[in-house]
Amino acid sequence: MVGLEHYLTVAAALFVIGIFGIFLNRKNVIVILMSIELMLLAVNINMVAFSSHLGDLVGQVFTMFILTVAAAEAAIGLAILVVFFRNRGTIDVEDVNVMKG
Amino acid sequence: MTAVDFNTILPEFLLAAFALGALMFGAYFGKDKTAATLVWATSGLFIALALFIGFGTEGERMAFGGLFTDDPFARFAKVIILVSAACVMVMAQDYMQRRDLLRFEFPILVTLAVIGMMVMVSAGDLMTLYMGLELQSLSLYVVAAMRRDSTKSSEAGLKYFVLGALSSGLFLYGASLAYGFAGTTQFAGILSTLGGDTPVGLTIGLVFMLAALAFKVSAAPFHMWTPDVYEGSPTPITAFFATAPKVAAMALIARLVHDAFGGIPGEWTQVLAALAVVSMFLGAIAAIGQRDIKRLMAYSSIAHMGYALVGLASGTAEGVQAMLIYMAIYVTMNVGTFAFILSMERDGRPITDIQSLNMFSKKEPLKALALLVLMFSLAGVPPMLGFFGKFYVLKAAVDAGMVWLAIAGAVASVIGAFYYLRIVFFIYFGKDGEPADSNMAPVQWLMMVGVAVIMVLGIVNLFGIEPVAALAAEALVR
Repeated sequence: MVGLEHYLTVAAALFVIGIFGIFLNRKNVIVILMSIELMLLAVNINMVAFSSHLGDLVGQVFTMFILTVAAAEAAIGLAILVVFFRNRGTIDVEDVNVMKG
Repeated sequence: MTAVDFNTILPEFLLAAFALGALMFGAYFGKDKTAATLVWATSGLFIALALFIGFGTEGERMAFGGLFTDDPFARFAKVIILVSAACVMVMAQDYMQRRDLLRFEFPILVTLAVIGMMVMVSAGDLMTLYMGLELQSLSLYVVAAMRRDSTKSSEAGLKYFVLGALSSGLFLYGASLAYGFAGTTQFAGILSTLGGDTPVGLTIGLVFMLAALAFKVSAAPFHMWTPDVYEGSPTPITAFFATAPKVAAMALIARLVHDAFGGIPGEWTQVLAALAVVSMFLGAIAAIGQRDIKRLMAYSSIAHMGYALVGLASGTAEGVQAMLIYMAIYVTMNVGTFAFILSMERDGRPITDIQSLNMFSKKEPLKALALLVLMFSLAGVPPMLGFFGKFYVLKAAVDAGMVWLAIAGAVASVIGAFYYLRIVFFIYFGKDGEPADSNMAPVQWLMMVGVAVIMVLGIVNLFGIEPVAALAAEALVR
């Protein structure tokens, strides 16, 4: 029987993978965008699992909002990335380093 | 949607309608040629709405079944947000026009960000809070990267976006835990489930949400985006980042901890106190090595957020009142200081190097004097208004029995005074050299000198802000 705690565990694992994806990733910025998406989807699993467990629809309404905002966020992130690429000619994480200190 | 609901969100609704109308107007009638008109129209609307919100409504109203609250606390924060955004926009206009940066999207994006902030401070539910927060953040990511041909600006936008999105993720995870363990997302509902044993999941959710909001106010140890974003963004945008969003996020923290978690102050006062101490000391110490005035202002704002958090950490109505007064003074000081930073240039190019202020007093005695007042006020030297802000928060901490926190604040402010006074030293006793030009539009001059005068005259009665802030704090802390 799959219960609430299984869903929460999966969501927590995905969330942590997302965070590590942002911090340990040394390759390129697209991977960071994917990691952010992973974090938000982990939260959605949490929300839907709680919603079903509590028998309360609010969690699923919240999930709809999160999905919508995540789409807008990805669009803006990619737009900024395109602007960055035009200026620097690269999207490697190591090259996001003009300012330091 | 009933008439009552509609009346409660009227200011936000008007702003949203204006933003969409302005977008159409800008797109169909000459693109960037309309930008200056739009900036003035937007600022005028902000001021009009601030007057309407400040004087036109009273009491406490809920809309949309508790999703949206309109109380004295929200109104206090909204007035500061609207007025500071209007001030920053009018002083940005001249700078941006001269550097060919003024796009008609700028006032529209600022309007959208301001709507987000107003929704944030009025939130009565985690969902409203999230939508407001994201509307604000998404607009701010774009304005940070607004100088499209500059490597620094696009890098600032990218860094802000990645760390902002991370903090949104942390916030949502906390919100999902709070929802799961409290069974509701309404603040009032969460508050009513507290008492007796607090489920550990709720506490973890609270800590996640506080960490995410600490990102938004740039409290240490979640401050790492601040110096880079402040340095990389165009200066008017930096001025905007340093004012309205900080007030909104700080008010949001107050709203969340008191409205939703007011029953368990023990769980969050210690978190806020830790954030406050780390921010105050990091802001004071890390700023010493900075040579760029925008980076320096970034560390300065980290330290100031630490003081505002001291007020919140005391967990009392007095503490919230102190925080509100502190934020009002902080925003005023920053408007004045950035009016000056906007005017710094050499051979027509903007500069931000502190060394270029050497012997500035010989060239422009009046502006030098105004800057001296502003720096003293930022440092919290007694006769200026900045001192009273610090005094209120430290007093609130002492009255709440957190003497150690007040002592830490006093020590940090002495350390922090060093770098403000060093700027004053450069202005009056620095090495001989060619000081920077200060090319000010009349409105910037008015902002800078006006704020300097306010910093001195405000000591009489703080312009009557104290009872208003007390009323706002009482509405929040019951």
